Amino acid sequence: MTSSSTVLRSGGISMSFGEYKVLREISLDFYPGEIVGVLGPNGAGKTTYMNLLTGALRPTDGSVHLMNEDVTAFDTAERCHRGLGRTHQVPRPFLGMTVFENVLVAVEHGRNEMPDDPVAAAWEALEETGLSHVANRRGETLGLLDRKRLELSRALATDPKVLLLDEIGGGLTDTEGDDLVALVRKIHGRGVTIIWIEHIMRLLMETCSRLVCMAGGEVIADGEPQAVIDSPEVQAAYFGAAA
Amino acid sequence: MNTTAKLTVTRGGATANMTMIAIIIAVVALAATPWVFGVGGSGRAVALLVYVLLAVMWNALAGFAGLVSIGQTLFFGTAAYATIRLADAGVDPYLAILIAIAFGAALGWITSLFMLSLKDGEFAIGMWVLSSLAHLCVNLDPLIQGETGTSLISLNAYDIQTRSMITLWMALGITIAVFVILVVLLRSRTGAAITAIRDDEIGARSIGVNVMKTKRIVFVLAAAGTAAAGALWLASASNFQPRAFFGVQWTAYMLFMVLVGGLGRIEGAIIGAVLFFVIETFFAAYGAWYLVGLGAVAVFFALFLPKGVWGWIGPRLPGEAIPTGYIVEKSNT
Repeated sequence: MTSSSTVLRSGGISMSFGEYKVLREISLDFYPGEIVGVLGPNGAGKTTYMNLLTGALRPTDGSVHLMNEDVTAFDTAERCHRGLGRTHQVPRPFLGMTVFENVLVAVEHGRNEMPDDPVAAAWEALEETGLSHVANRRGETLGLLDRKRLELSRALATDPKVLLLDEIGGGLTDTEGDDLVALVRKIHGRGVTIIWIEHIMRLLMETCSRLVCMAGGEVIADGEPQAVIDSPEVQAAYFGAAA
Repeated sequence: MNTTAKLTVTRGGATANMTMIAIIIAVVALAATPWVFGVGGSGRAVALLVYVLLAVMWNALAGFAGLVSIGQTLFFGTAAYATIRLADAGVDPYLAILIAIAFGAALGWITSLFMLSLKDGEFAIGMWVLSSLAHLCVNLDPLIQGETGTSLISLNAYDIQTRSMITLWMALGITIAVFVILVVLLRSRTGAAITAIRDDEIGARSIGVNVMKTKRIVFVLAAAGTAAAGALWLASASNFQPRAFFGVQWTAYMLFMVLVGGLGRIEGAIIGAVLFFVIETFFAAYGAWYLVGLGAVAVFFALFLPKGVWGWIGPRLPGEAIPTGYIVEKSNT
């Protein structure tokens, strides 16, 4: 059943916390070069799903394949070395380290092979996200927006082949949103497959080639963005409109 | 893009140079103690170095690796015991100290294999249980005679002057060595991972840091350093009573020094150790009131300076005192 061309796939993964089933048999295939938007109401299980993909959580059932390798038993760091990068919904900067050092750790530990010049590689990731002007400031001095940028910088510094973004667009102004869309497109242009959980519909509609809608721990729609938005299930579950 | 732009990385600066000078002065002063203050002074200098070792190692463990252990006496006491045993077998006592440090590192590595998978509280208590277990086992050794204890008799081969000098210089050498290893480690690629784990373990994992391996390195180093402190304390005190080495007071001292100095910075641990030494020197004679005083100082810091002395001083300096970080500038040439 494994398609040879998927970069990431979840095979019927389920997750329960005690009696409570958060996810029910999610089977999704992600292909090279896609930008997949994942949407759904709060509590749909989106972040749990992402945690299962990255290995932060182990599924109660099912499997995760990365570049056709079964990585279900691998921890987050091992998946990262194999090319799976992520950002956290609530940024996790290293507060006592400078912005540059934050990114340098990712270059030095997140890659399969250490680059010849880690300093230059870290700087490049900072310039890409527009953080180089605060390179020597400590993480704790950054505001939320810059913390999100740092989160993205660090993920990029691990040189991912698949990048999972967890609500990095929240709280952005229109212009900042436009910058983010441009940046995501640029990263995608380098051949990175992107899976993006987001509440802000505009950002997803402007960038994604495919949308997946989750609700109640299940996938209720998956396909071409406009078709997903228009489907009655999505209208009912996500927008609360009478279908 | 300016293709001629150049990245310059600086590690250290004026503050670091000043610190280096201060450290060199302190080392020279400590090394000269025997001539200035005699045998008693040397003994106190060894005590200070042992406190510095304990504080720096406990800080590396709790402050950096997030491993709060209340049973580091496992390594402190066992190393002292190993020194006694080796000396009894005819090994030169000073050589025995060095072997006991290697033994501490080995014990640390073995312990890490099962202890590091425990969670916070389980780990803390687990280490205490291991320490108590080691204490009981040592008490069973006929050579030790239970809590009566025994002496490092073979030290008598050296006259008291020579003995106090060798012990002090050895303590100084070992402390410098441990300090250098720690600083070199923190400046390395592994050190960046250690610091990242200190700040956010989950964040570190998600960018590929091998958290278990990194913690193991710190744990083994802390085991070796704490073992060194135990063996040196024995050489200085020359008699070994299990309770005096495995006692919970050592854990309290380590906690006190690191919390008062500032968790998560080497500078803080050293300042905490010096502060503890000073308080002990001037107030230990007050008995129970001394302990009450120590407790009061700890409470004061917990309430008003939760980041410790260095948490207040550090950010007010123009650069790092012990430079482990990077300052990067881009210049167009």
